[in-house]
Amino acid sequence: MALAIFVLVLLIGYELLHGSRLSLHQFGWRFLITRDWDVLNEKLGALTFIYGTLVTSAIALLIAVPISVGTAIYLTEVAPLRLRQPLVMFVELLAAIPSVVLGLWGLFVLVPFMRDHVDPSLEKLLGFLPLFKGPIYGIGFLSAGVILAIMIVPIITSVSREILRSVPGLQREAAYALGATRWEVTRIAVLSYAKKGLFGAVILGLGRALGETMAATMVIGNIPNISASLFAPGYTMASVLANEFTEAVSGLYLSALFEVGLALLGVTLVVNAFAQLLLKTFAGPTIKPQH
Amino acid sequence: MKQLMLSLLGGAALLAAQTGANAQTLINGAGSTFDYPAFAKWFAAYAKVDPGVQFNYQSIGSGGGQHLLLNRTVDFGASDAYMTDQAMAGAPGKILHVPVVCGGVAIAYNLPGVPHLKLDGRTLANIFLGKITKWNDPAIAGQNPGVQLPAMPIIPVHRTEGSGTTWIFTGYLSSISPEWKSQVGHSVSVNWPSGVGLGAKGSEGVAGQVRQLPGAICYVELAYAIQTHMSYAAMKNAAGRYTLPTLEAVSAALSTAHVPPDFRFEFPNPPGPKVYPICGVSWVLVYQHPDDAKRAKGLVKFLRWAVTDGQKITPSLDYAPLPPNVQKQILAELDTITY
Amino acid sequence: MTAPNHRWRQFKNGLMQTVMLVCAVLAILPLVLVFYYLVDKGFSSLNWAFFTKLPAGPGETGGGMANAIVGTFVLLMLAPLVGVPVGVLGGVFLSEYGGRRLNWWIRFSADILNGVPSIVWGVVVYGLLVVALPAPFRGTVQSVDVAKHLVTVQSRTGARREFAVDAETRLNLNGKIPLASLRPGTGVLIWYHNHQATRVADSISAPGLWSSVVAAIIQWHNAISGFSALAGGLALGLMMIPLVMRTTEEVLQLVPHGYREAALALGIAQWRTTVQIVMRTALKGIVTGILLALARVAGETAPLLFTALGNRLWAHLTQPTAAIPLQVYIYAISPYDDWHRQAWAGALVLLLLVLVINIGVRFLTRDRLRGKV
Repeated sequence: MALAIFVLVLLIGYELLHGSRLSLHQFGWRFLITRDWDVLNEKLGALTFIYGTLVTSAIALLIAVPISVGTAIYLTEVAPLRLRQPLVMFVELLAAIPSVVLGLWGLFVLVPFMRDHVDPSLEKLLGFLPLFKGPIYGIGFLSAGVILAIMIVPIITSVSREILRSVPGLQREAAYALGATRWEVTRIAVLSYAKKGLFGAVILGLGRALGETMAATMVIGNIPNISASLFAPGYTMASVLANEFTEAVSGLYLSALFEVGLALLGVTLVVNAFAQLLLKTFAGPTIKPQH
Repeated sequence: MKQLMLSLLGGAALLAAQTGANAQTLINGAGSTFDYPAFAKWFAAYAKVDPGVQFNYQSIGSGGGQHLLLNRTVDFGASDAYMTDQAMAGAPGKILHVPVVCGGVAIAYNLPGVPHLKLDGRTLANIFLGKITKWNDPAIAGQNPGVQLPAMPIIPVHRTEGSGTTWIFTGYLSSISPEWKSQVGHSVSVNWPSGVGLGAKGSEGVAGQVRQLPGAICYVELAYAIQTHMSYAAMKNAAGRYTLPTLEAVSAALSTAHVPPDFRFEFPNPPGPKVYPICGVSWVLVYQHPDDAKRAKGLVKFLRWAVTDGQKITPSLDYAPLPPNVQKQILAELDTITY
Repeated sequence: MTAPNHRWRQFKNGLMQTVMLVCAVLAILPLVLVFYYLVDKGFSSLNWAFFTKLPAGPGETGGGMANAIVGTFVLLMLAPLVGVPVGVLGGVFLSEYGGRRLNWWIRFSADILNGVPSIVWGVVVYGLLVVALPAPFRGTVQSVDVAKHLVTVQSRTGARREFAVDAETRLNLNGKIPLASLRPGTGVLIWYHNHQATRVADSISAPGLWSSVVAAIIQWHNAISGFSALAGGLALGLMMIPLVMRTTEEVLQLVPHGYREAALALGIAQWRTTVQIVMRTALKGIVTGILLALARVAGETAPLLFTALGNRLWAHLTQPTAAIPLQVYIYAISPYDDWHRQAWAGALVLLLLVLVINIGVRFLTRDRLRGKV
């Protein structure tokens, strides 16, 4: 039965390869660097979706990493003992919120807030950068990135927390004995020791952000677009699947969507494998990702 | 552990038995979101006419409806774009087009403080091409003297999936703008100009998006615009008058159309002073020789009802009723279905 | 150490601790906000109709989500049928049997599978269970229309069928030959998909047992294929496998080694030791793991989009089926205020369902830890 895992891996690979064979044959690997998504004339490429996925994930990491690592440090090093358990529970409950619920909240609460407050202030402050220029819809890369950040904060936090907790107490005591303040202990004794594991936690969060579907689909705008502006709408690999998969009429179009799925699977597999290897070499098999 | 498994198995079996014990004939359909409000009304009303059948309709878009019909996954498809000869050649049997509703495609927009707006086809094309990007553009302001237009960005919202509404809309714009015809095209899925506006899923999705976003504009079946109290533009017709997609204007447009024996027709930008220029009919697609006699019988009976008595219900949703001569023509076509 | 330096270090210490605190607040804030809005906008819509009525038509007010609520429970009953046996037995294998290296690879693969985007599972099950398989048809060629790419074949039982044979079809009739050389009277085995031949092979012999079995399996598969609760349940079930496997393994590892040694010393066979001693001791933990996996998949939407699809009526197991997350999604992107209201209510129900399982599990595990460890 445990070998069923390998069967599953083969099954996923087979189904996606089989489904995308028409497209692989027609477009080859150029598919990944082709910008067109012209369904009518069957000129199809995934570049815009890959771009959207990468941009939103990058925004998500930029926001989520400092918050998550900070929270993890707070939970293991700073917070009063009484507070730690309830806080940990809150973080885990946050991880349990279904993505469609966050998407709903994003669409009706976050998007108007971004449109009326966050985006205009960013434009005012940083409008000289191409990143923050252009018409503001509220819907777009930035909002999707923020929603993704909310989704990956709990994962990065709880894995980071386990990493920090596995740092031997002696490390800390030694630093305290030298008269270090609490922050110095954290910086010198804990963080430098746990660097590799924390990196693994971040990569794990990245893997989750890359594949997240519903919440991103609901706030990103759903048009194939490559734009320097973070206010602009776009499309991710997962959301093009969500929107167009059941409606694809022609064989080649459907096959191209399978190939998008294949590319998505490829990226997430590599990222997750990398994260797992980092975590496993850091602390042996005892730390497992929190899902 | 074992107990848990057993109870789970037992529960699943119970549910299967329960849901399986349904004696009604279930007819599956899928496709157009354009028709969906009409279907929903009809199914509810028809339950009193023939309680023996139940309809399960998935509004997934016209493209999806054609696709599932070709795969024989559904008993009927619904589409507001007719099937090409090429598409029908790949079908496992002869497909009939049964017109069921005729409706106007409203150009709905979200512009606080501007309840009335006039547009011509060229301006509309330029908005969706991304050439007109602000609401106070001279091209719009010129047609709307006295209207205070804000300097907001225009957000054109289009359908992401294969859609008959897109087909009607792009058919109209292609008839007006050669540039549209060559660059974007006329189809259920078109080559949308890169980086312009937003995409959304289904009529529900585009209408939902426009309601949420100030500055947004979309094309959507009239019923959706009316039900959600959105403003929609008066469009300039071929005779140079601005008209709203009222029942009369859509009926007037339909009356100009020449209806061929196979019912595959369109009438983009029809002539006449009273017509609304963006209208189309929507078809139920069925096989002339369906597999399942029981379901086919129920479906044909329903369709006969829908194109006659049903036409008295749909005007309440602002679909134009089919003229009596067309109704007769359709009934004759339905008689050719054998099962 | 000079005093200013000391003061600076203290200041930095305090500052950084405050920064960490702010981080923690920012991390928790979304939970509070989401919960606030759900209760604020959703709670007032939780009425009797919401739980008992079918959805109303587009633009009409009223109706409920009864079918979606039942649909979610049906899916949550189907998913464990796939996920639990494979996951639990796999976890037992990992903990009690298997070599070091093999188990490392299994664990590694399971952890990676946990990271596979949920929408990909939907695509996989779509290919596996939603799309009908090519079916075999055996018979004699009646006529060939080269211009239209059509072949008419008659079976032994007299059934006549017409198949489209185009460039995508594999013709391995005595090697690669053009369609024109397919002569009437030839015995062929055609694999077809919606009247489109995918492969044409020559067949002179009568069907053997093996091919009959294959044909029967394909027929059975095609009878249940299509968008259905079964497909949705399978997608969620597959997602559960790696989750259940890893948690099962973990709790089995917590069972003290002495238990196993004592049982083996008494001459009890290893499988009985595993089932009656180890698994029974860890039962609560295993159930906890299963419940957590269920809570995880209960809120999933993406894997259901191409499998369960959604429905506005009650449904059979083999038909498109509604589920709360699907309904929330459809309602959220719709233009109707009444549907928005119900989307909030549905989201609240979904979140409560997930949270109740999660919090319930926490109490279960607390008991276990207190009792055993």
